[in-house]
Amino acid sequence: MNIIEASGLGRRYRRVWALRDCTLAIPAGHVVALVGPSGSGKTTLLELAVGLRVPSAGRLSVLGGVAPGSIPALSRVAFVAQDAPLYRQLSVADTLRLAGHLNDRWDHQWARQRVAELAVPFSAKLGALSSGTQAQLALTVALGRRPELLILDEPLARLDPLARHEFLAAVLEAVATDGLSVVFSSHLLAELDRVADYLVVLSEGHVQVAGEIDSLVAGHRMLVGRTDHVDLLPAGLSIVSAQRADQQTRLLARCGDDPRPAAAAGFRAEPVGVEELVLAYLRQPDATALPGPSGTTGSREVPA
Amino acid sequence: MNGMGKVAPIFSGGWRRGPTAQYHITMGIGKDGGDPEHGAEAGRAAIRFRLDPASGVPPYLQVVQQVQQALRLGYLRQGDQLPRVKDVVAELAINPNTVLKAYKELEHLGIASGHPGLGTFVDGTPGTVGLPELDRLRQQLVAWLRSAQAAGLDEQTTNALFAAATREFYARPSAPPSRRRGRGGVVA
Repeated sequence: MNIIEASGLGRRYRRVWALRDCTLAIPAGHVVALVGPSGSGKTTLLELAVGLRVPSAGRLSVLGGVAPGSIPALSRVAFVAQDAPLYRQLSVADTLRLAGHLNDRWDHQWARQRVAELAVPFSAKLGALSSGTQAQLALTVALGRRPELLILDEPLARLDPLARHEFLAAVLEAVATDGLSVVFSSHLLAELDRVADYLVVLSEGHVQVAGEIDSLVAGHRMLVGRTDHVDLLPAGLSIVSAQRADQQTRLLARCGDDPRPAAAAGFRAEPVGVEELVLAYLRQPDATALPGPSGTTGSREVPA
Repeated sequence: MNGMGKVAPIFSGGWRRGPTAQYHITMGIGKDGGDPEHGAEAGRAAIRFRLDPASGVPPYLQVVQQVQQALRLGYLRQGDQLPRVKDVVAELAINPNTVLKAYKELEHLGIASGHPGLGTFVDGTPGTVGLPELDRLRQQLVAWLRSAQAAGLDEQTTNALFAAATREFYARPSAPPSRRRGRGGVVA
């Protein structure tokens, strides 16, 4: 089952396309990181998946063919918008009660227990709590609905490092316990591979990279060699980005599992990290790494 | 409690214990000792993992290596239970699939075996190199370092040379079996 499936998906705000020709098939059971610069369409994609917006073009379904925003989707998909919106005047207890009244599925006992573990007083007004605690409560409300798909828009943006760690630990523990799928957008690239196992990179409204992080990392190498030997590299090698100096050149190449052709030209093939990989793609918005035959685009020409 | 004095900072708890004793050890995994629903069951673990984001080693491999090291140093023995996936996830904020992948790799290496519903347990300690052998290798290395120094290499250059040779050696498809074997066992 694909938790999110899109084909030719687009969304336009007046005359500007925020998202265009977006094709995705994200299998269930992953923690998906959605990264990209500001204005690349992350929030638009997430809001489309939740049903808060309707597509201007193309198709989109969640949880194996369910229409976003439909009744079956609403009870199985949980969403925490940017800045963890909550009713600031409500107490913690009232917030949980409200969530219970507003949702078909609601595990009140679990939610109360989690609040107790967080050591938050039930009588506290939400507006008086720290942003880390507010984020944890928004997550509690989302998880208390026992969703199959949890969608988080920039959940870490306002959190300090400790609150970030605790928030992620809570999300991942729910993944380990209940097997739900998670899609979250983030600007944070460091330690991405610790948390996520599937990556979607958006750039200027397009899907630039999509795939399991392990296979993306395994399929790329940093080739390091002499600048005057670049011409000896075999044709058909797709170069994502290049760093040239007079003597030495570094090329991030998409070369499958076999780095041997590059070795023939005297280039050393070094493994790359996720952060390095994402940055290289973001610097070259024309390069793509997508599953399937369409994903082999990428030019032989070395970018200057 | 023997062996406590040798506990390395990354492993908290080096208790040697009999099968009856282990249920009485409540050692905090995570800040609150784990899932209260499971009471005394939660949090008993022989070792704890830590991740070094700066190491460049993939997280799953760090877990594998820390188990191997704990075996070599005697913090883990046959029959010991590895930390439960849920507890590792909650403590490190790490993707559960990463822990599963590490445990699968340990199974491939013949070091651990998973028992559904119970957990993953240490099976044996293959690949342990005896102390005399380690000593002999060390002496050879020191002899090599002397010749490197005689050739005019300073410490940094020597390190770089060693690291490059090691990387190249283990990247070869024909490298010795230890690490290569389990590569196929990826948990999706």
